[in-house]
Amino acid sequence: MSTMELTRTIKYEADRVKGFGRELMKVPGCENLESCIQCGTCSGVCPMSIYMDYTPRQVMELTRSDFKNDVLRSTTIWLCASCYACTTECPREIRITDIMYELKQRAIHEGIYPKHFPIPVLAQEFMKMAHNNGRVTENWLATKLFLKTDWKAAFGMWKLGLALIRTGRFSFKMEKVKKRGDLAKLMEAVENVNIDALPNGNGHGNGGSKAGTPKAH
Amino acid sequence: MKYSYFPGCSLKGTGKGYEESLLPVMRELGVELEEIDDWNCCGATAYMALDELKACTLASRNLALAQKAGHKEMLAPCSACYLVLNKSQHYMQDSPKVGRAVNKALKTIGLEGGTDIPVRHPLDVILNVIGLDAVKKRVHQPLKGLKVAPYYGCQIVRPYATFDDQYNPKSMDRLLEALGATVVEFPLKTRCCGGSLTGTLPEPGLLCSYILLKEAKKRGADVIATVCPLCQFNLEAYHDKIEAKFNDSARVPVVFFSQLMGLAFGLSAAETALARNLLAMKPMAAAA
Amino acid sequence: MSAQNNGNGRETVRIGFYICHCGHNIGAMVDCPEVAKYIGSLPNVALSRDYKYMCSDPGQELIQKDIREHRLNRIVVASCSPLLHEHTFRTATEAGGLNPFFFHMVNIREHDSWVHTDRGEATAKAKELARAAIGRVAQHKSLEVKRVSINPAVLVVGAGIAGIHAAMTLANAGKKVFLVEREPTIGGHMAKFDKTFPTLDCAACILTPKMSAAGNHENIKLMTYSEVAKVDGYVGNFTVTIKHKPRFVDAEKCIGCQDCIPACVFKEPKFADEFNEGLGKRRPVYIPFPQATPQVVLIDPEVCLNFDKKTGQVKEKGGCKKTCVTACGDKDAIDFTQKETTEEIQVGTIVVATGFQAFNPQRTPQYGYGRYQNVYTALEIERLVNASGPTAGEVISRDGKKPQSIAIVHCVGSRDYKTNKWCSRVCCMYSMKLAHLLKEHTEAEVYSFYIDMRTPGKGYEEFYNKLLDEGVHFIRGRVGEVTDWAFTPEEEGKLVIRVEDTLAGVVRRIPVDMVVLATGLEPKSDAQEVRRLFNMSCGTEGFFLERHPKLAPVNTFTDGIYLAGCCQGPKDIPDSVAQAGAAAAEALALIDKGYIEQEPNTASIIEAECSGCKSCVPLCPYSAITYSEDKKKAAINEALCKGCGTCVGACPSGSIIQNLFEDAEIFSEISGLLLKV
Repeated sequence: MSTMELTRTIKYEADRVKGFGRELMKVPGCENLESCIQCGTCSGVCPMSIYMDYTPRQVMELTRSDFKNDVLRSTTIWLCASCYACTTECPREIRITDIMYELKQRAIHEGIYPKHFPIPVLAQEFMKMAHNNGRVTENWLATKLFLKTDWKAAFGMWKLGLALIRTGRFSFKMEKVKKRGDLAKLMEAVENVNIDALPNGNGHGNGGSKAGTPKAH
Repeated sequence: MKYSYFPGCSLKGTGKGYEESLLPVMRELGVELEEIDDWNCCGATAYMALDELKACTLASRNLALAQKAGHKEMLAPCSACYLVLNKSQHYMQDSPKVGRAVNKALKTIGLEGGTDIPVRHPLDVILNVIGLDAVKKRVHQPLKGLKVAPYYGCQIVRPYATFDDQYNPKSMDRLLEALGATVVEFPLKTRCCGGSLTGTLPEPGLLCSYILLKEAKKRGADVIATVCPLCQFNLEAYHDKIEAKFNDSARVPVVFFSQLMGLAFGLSAAETALARNLLAMKPMAAAA
Repeated sequence: MSAQNNGNGRETVRIGFYICHCGHNIGAMVDCPEVAKYIGSLPNVALSRDYKYMCSDPGQELIQKDIREHRLNRIVVASCSPLLHEHTFRTATEAGGLNPFFFHMVNIREHDSWVHTDRGEATAKAKELARAAIGRVAQHKSLEVKRVSINPAVLVVGAGIAGIHAAMTLANAGKKVFLVEREPTIGGHMAKFDKTFPTLDCAACILTPKMSAAGNHENIKLMTYSEVAKVDGYVGNFTVTIKHKPRFVDAEKCIGCQDCIPACVFKEPKFADEFNEGLGKRRPVYIPFPQATPQVVLIDPEVCLNFDKKTGQVKEKGGCKKTCVTACGDKDAIDFTQKETTEEIQVGTIVVATGFQAFNPQRTPQYGYGRYQNVYTALEIERLVNASGPTAGEVISRDGKKPQSIAIVHCVGSRDYKTNKWCSRVCCMYSMKLAHLLKEHTEAEVYSFYIDMRTPGKGYEEFYNKLLDEGVHFIRGRVGEVTDWAFTPEEEGKLVIRVEDTLAGVVRRIPVDMVVLATGLEPKSDAQEVRRLFNMSCGTEGFFLERHPKLAPVNTFTDGIYLAGCCQGPKDIPDSVAQAGAAAAEALALIDKGYIEQEPNTASIIEAECSGCKSCVPLCPYSAITYSEDKKKAAINEALCKGCGTCVGACPSGSIIQNLFEDAEIFSEISGLLLKV
């Protein structure tokens, strides 16, 4: 009897979440995804592509073709370091980095990530700290990150911790903004705003001008 | 010359050395930096991952405060802050919907605008406003014989290449030459250091940092000069882990360009803040 | 249906009105009998019919019969677009004995039937349009088609393969051809190639016979190292000013022996050789390549010691020993005092075949051109592999080594929103050709990085198969950057291509010794200036604009001026030659007919009413208006006028009138439309 493990991979139209790609393209700058010719430049320059299960190019195609479930479960969107190399090189001027941000947001919003996965945890803790205090104190953020993901790993950082204390880069005090109330009020005002539902009001198509990559002079 | 100054959270924390060395150097060059009163976190890359409208709003408070303070331009030394502030401005201008929503939110706390004040990087100001001649005049202890690898990181020339070339930026190279240092040919000038992944996903993150350190060492650099507090941290904080992982020594001191400027200007030890760095630079021949 | 005397003592207007059903096209939406009945009730309408297909033979005969039998003197047909059948009906009107311009056409198909869904509204509109036409046609005057004679001489601008072929075709047909070329020799880009795809014919071997024939043809006057400075006139009668740049060598006396070249005081050639793309060196006195036509040397005043660098003037004293003159001996061909001259020629038609320029990869710094010495452009490689090139065909890179591995990067400056959006059409093919030649010359591993393989021509796909069989590695992945940082030991000292092999689904790092950039084709940098000389347009990409992309690819919007070759858009040699033949045929058609007929919708100035304000003169896009200082009046050249109407509208004293668009005609049309029924 054969002990080879076989998996059947085929994508039916039913696997598509129709409209997923279109919706994402409404974000200013992401409209160009329609023109993607799958050249692979993005994957070629991406420093993280060698670790991704789907390369950036594949993620672009899967997104455009509405394969939401595959894309939001990929490691790609978490490995993106937002270095903008892809956006700079893309011959169709597609804002790939911004599309990666969009996908990250949707994955976090829908809770699609492994438990204790550090990246969304970091993002959420960052946000909480920024909201509550107005500023982020790195060491406290790092501490919270360890506590919520892998607290044992914190012990492996003792040397670095001491070095930071020695050089005076370890902030014991939590940095805060004076007008915390103002900040809360500001963020409250955009809390439930759905940007896609807002009227354009200036006669243009959706999203205003296509935000291309400005050139160096 | 007066600028509104936006330090950002890092420059008050692990990136202290950057602020401590930048302010004296700018003072020497006749630039006064007025810290924006009650500035808040810009959101960095983390917030963009959650909601760009909210991220834009959070950042815009600083833009509005700076505009209110009345200076013509603002300075943001931290690469991430520089990018986020610029991006928010672009976002509000390119998408009128977003611009209106943000303005509406700002009005609730008595602020408005923020898209009119240019956000500039210190390298931009030093090269294009102050000029290298003014810098050269203040060099009392040229960094002769110091081989420096200029590392720009990814955020100050991508995606907005407003003051330098995207592929092969030269502003820091020229600055370092003006300080008397020898600039090492470094093809990885704008390659990602791993960003926040060095802490969250060390496997790929540390590889990025290692690649930079290895190449700098191979090219004979004595020190790497950076502009970004996270790059500076990544490149010097993890050398133990990198050594363990890749079985290769990767100790190259990493400094902020402003620290090298301070050294060349002959400023005091406190003003060059070299003690903040984890890996010490080799001492300069004619030290202060 | 009674005709009225219009009371001015002029002839009685008797209009024949025809509304065409055009099958269902009009009939389904417009009630044609109803419209015919209505129009029949209007003044001046002698006859009103509706008919199934007016453009048919019976339909046209009907018009002719009616003109004779009913003494009609105006015809209106309400049917499709004038672009389709205005000529048909004008001819029918003329065959019936009337001046063809007593005919007017109303479009009730594209303008009415095809854009309505309500029959009532469509019929009402048809009535209004027809009524307007009835009012207008009564004002029509008898006009004559203009005939302009055609000078049989032809000017061909640019002597690459397209220009040469066009010139030869015309010359063989017995016409006199002026062949003007900016470079010191004819041959264009093709002269630089080593072999041509897909046959791998030697470029020089197939080109030089044509160059020779063109240089020797009795009907071709070759003007090399010359440019067109000015073009005046109009189709059939162009006056062209040609500027001849000084070679400092008398072309009549030089026999092309090239003895002067090794005799030059520069013992070693020192200056970048343009023909060899800067890879070789030449002396101040040089000939571009051995088979240059004409076989005349020239001297570069920018580097020759006998010229003042600042003023460009020849030095009175000083300079060098002039050993070139000594070597020339009693042929006495070298003339340092030679000056730029101009010459005026008269031609009837012009073929523009000025070619392309290669994309400069310094605009794409990520590929390292100029930064890393072993990065080359395709044209540089053409010279490198060429047996008559700077290295006699030996492929040695700038660091003196023979490459063991070579990367060819497709789409450099093509298909890229940041540089040029279009596909340059020939790069996939020439990249494969270079891959073959490089393998042949070096036995290196050759990698070709592409986005798509574009092989549309005859034998092109088969060529791709041949290359696959030869073991060239084709990797589908656009190269993001070329770098010299090595990560593994095998990459040390090499240039590394990091690319996603999209078909295999994996990112690869490939170290190579040499990188060849397949640079795209773009319009020449002075295309905008050149196009103005010839009164042509450029498309959005900057290439010269053809009259119709499908049906008139070699004509321009200016009568008598034709395009051929890459100046109209990137293309390979077979297509350039085909277009050159086509352009020659178009010119020949005009020349052989001997005249051109022009639509008489030209404007004219009523001299008595012209105030001499000169407002119209600069407005004319066709430079048809001149101002006479003596008379202090402007005048319009009917042959140049295209009837655009700009001057008519602009004239402050209203003294410019336009045939077919006179005030009376337009106002009566408007009245017809606005009449309240």
